[in-house]
Amino acid sequence: MEYKDYYEILGLKKDAPQDEIKRAYRKLARKYHPDVSKESDAEKKFKEVGEAYEVLKDPEKREAYDQLGANWKAGQDGFQPPPDWEQNFDFGGGGYTQGNAEDYSSFFEDLFGGDRASSGRYYRSGGATGGFQAKGENVRAKIMVDLEDSLNGTKQSVKMAIPEVNEQGQVVSKHRTLSIKIPKGIKEGQTIRLSKQGNPGHGGGEPGDLLIEVAFNPHKLYNINEKDISLNVPVAPWEATLGAKIKVPTPDGKKVDMKIPPDSQQGRKLRLKGKGLPGKNAGDFYVVLQITLPPSSNPKVKEFNEKMRDEIDFNPRSYLF
Amino acid sequence: MSTNVMNIISGSILEEEPTLNLAELCQCCQTPAEFIIRLVDQGVIAPLEGESTRQWRFHQSAQIRTHKALRLRQDLGINLSGVALSLELMDEIDKLKRELNHLKHIAEHELFDA
Repeated sequence: MEYKDYYEILGLKKDAPQDEIKRAYRKLARKYHPDVSKESDAEKKFKEVGEAYEVLKDPEKREAYDQLGANWKAGQDGFQPPPDWEQNFDFGGGGYTQGNAEDYSSFFEDLFGGDRASSGRYYRSGGATGGFQAKGENVRAKIMVDLEDSLNGTKQSVKMAIPEVNEQGQVVSKHRTLSIKIPKGIKEGQTIRLSKQGNPGHGGGEPGDLLIEVAFNPHKLYNINEKDISLNVPVAPWEATLGAKIKVPTPDGKKVDMKIPPDSQQGRKLRLKGKGLPGKNAGDFYVVLQITLPPSSNPKVKEFNEKMRDEIDFNPRSYLF
Repeated sequence: MSTNVMNIISGSILEEEPTLNLAELCQCCQTPAEFIIRLVDQGVIAPLEGESTRQWRFHQSAQIRTHKALRLRQDLGINLSGVALSLELMDEIDKLKRELNHLKHIAEHELFDA
């Protein structure tokens, strides 16, 4: 068992007053709340912070913890509570005052766990006795996919720890690696629902679902907005002025000929309908023209531009005055 | 106790599944109808159609948002208008981050071209 330094987790000194503990907890809880934070280990941190607060907010538990912790360094393995532990402090029947049993570390469980079967979320929400049936909780996860995954529909492995209730009614963490199919055409922010892959049900009820929120890895060429994909394509000034036919790569790995209409200004968007993310309402593919100047270090370029300056009557700023 | 399961599981895209009525939304969020109605009043979720509560139809993503609202309220002790404000601000941040990424993307290309 690994010793946990609850003070360090909350960023506090050992002699921090109770109200400081509360403030530190609230601040960190907001910071690491999995619905707020984008950090991948936010959930773990949030639970750690919750566990630390659970102990330190209660003066009796805190005192007990302080006595224990004096001779131990955080992270040290092989931690065992002294044999007379719990004789001086009575936590046996109290269990958790709030929060979810399965969220606490084994360190916490061994010190303050008490009578598991009468506390914890499973039993509180499901009802400990009687023939009450309830669907298991949904489990949430996030995955990062590449644009290509959504275009082609691929599979991806997701590793997760799912709490389960064993025959003894204890909550154990079970590690599962799921290989899931990324549905073709999925877009950022959508959720893949895997039926009955969530937490087990209570009293014979159905398991919950696994809900996986999808986010996209940034792509080096394409930009994705909902179901539309766009690509910045550099063009020479004369291509933009005179019109041209250019080759453009499309997200599906092909190349297409594209006609640039004459007098295309910087940033003009050309649309290829239905070439965005696939699906019932397929997105569009946009080519965004970026007029790119040839370097004036080239004498020819210099010469042509000087000629244009001297011979063409054009004031792009006339509307400003 | 750990096992590995490696068969490929196919899921569905939640947002493309059939819409939910009020009772179904309550059931999958395990929350009373009063709470859903308060969320609608706060503008946290909105029914797609339906004049009266009996006719309401919700987008599947409403259950994700309802769950978020429930968690924020419980875990951080904020009231419903606070929840509504937080969710709106988080949406706004997401939108801005996407735009920022888009602009960074363009900027990188400009540097590259120079």
